[in-house]
Amino acid sequence: MSASPFEAALELVTHVPGVRGAMLVSAADGVVVAEALMDEMKGSAVAALAASLASRLRRAVEGAGRGAPRFMHLTASGGTLLAAPHGEDLLLVAVAERTVNAGLARIEMLRALEILG
Amino acid sequence: MSDDIRALTAQLAADPASLVFLPLGEALRRRGQLDSAQKVALQGLGRYPHLPDAHDLFARILTDRADFERAFDEWDMALRLDPQHAGAHKGLGFLFFKAGRAAEALQHLEAALSEASDDASLRHAAARVRAALADAGQVVAVPAPTPAQAAIPATPITEDDAAARAAIFAGLEGAENGLLLVDTQGLRLGGGLRAPDGVDVADVVAAHLAGVSREAARSAKLLGLGQWEIVVLESPGGNAALLPASSEALLLVVRDTSVPTGRLQVAAERAARAARAWMETLT
Repeated sequence: MSASPFEAALELVTHVPGVRGAMLVSAADGVVVAEALMDEMKGSAVAALAASLASRLRRAVEGAGRGAPRFMHLTASGGTLLAAPHGEDLLLVAVAERTVNAGLARIEMLRALEILG
Repeated sequence: MSDDIRALTAQLAADPASLVFLPLGEALRRRGQLDSAQKVALQGLGRYPHLPDAHDLFARILTDRADFERAFDEWDMALRLDPQHAGAHKGLGFLFFKAGRAAEALQHLEAALSEASDDASLRHAAARVRAALADAGQVVAVPAPTPAQAAIPATPITEDDAAARAAIFAGLEGAENGLLLVDTQGLRLGGGLRAPDGVDVADVVAAHLAGVSREAARSAKLLGLGQWEIVVLESPGGNAALLPASSEALLLVVRDTSVPTGRLQVAAERAARAARAWMETLT
């Protein structure tokens, strides 16, 4: 049986070494649409926090007249959060180790967005 | 210590994973023990970052501390987790009314009432706001409020101010346009930023950045990622990097899209060093 576009997109991202999970989130309310996370991760929390952060970043960057962000990369002392909007409604989010190859993760996330159409 | 607080504290000690932190935090808040209440709420939030009631509790404590902006963020998060959360709607109604935005306040209070119709204090508050709107002759129907509508300071800038602000980054590319140093309240400390059409957007963006900084810190912490260090953004009109220059200041670096994000981070770190050196001269 072939995977759904959501599953295929998430699989592309989670195959990047160091990525602990990926999910598609409703950008407006931070609700999980699809997820592929390691067991201990709380999808609802990741979704809500990522959507809220992305929303604030978007407002700040739009306020600067630069248009809506197409890729966001937060680096923290113990890990990384990556996000890329898919249109107005969805946000592709990945949580990764700090040591992740962020360039590769970015490429795979952008490829995943293409799968979603 | 009152009996109820003592009993709740004992329950929480016996079962730290229980939700008893909610009534305990509220009991402490009502008694005015805000430090203890905040500690309990934050411990609970650390364990239950996806629980709307935990964000609601923390927001009420922040409101008692007159930290309305952070309270707004917490209630905003509670609504993201539960769009019908009556406590969050009630709290946002209070904040909007306090900010003189009665229409938005009424919208939130009515949303709260739809979930808690037997709450007399809510009915009373909604009636007061309706009366205020009627006195002002305003139409009640309004678009949904958004966090972006939070108060944005509008400080007039003199030419002397502008020169002083640019001096912080003297010698660096973007000292007057593209480097922006902001305090934790969203007020510009130095640098400048213009939109591609030349409009000065520094103060508007600075106001947004305070919320971004808190959200980045909260997201990183609650997701177990530790302390946030930098956020890099790619946009059609430019790339940006945002990083804490100190515990009290935030730095935004904006460059056009021809500057790769790797170079952008190098520029950001260089500017952060300049900002820190400037801040040390203030102490």
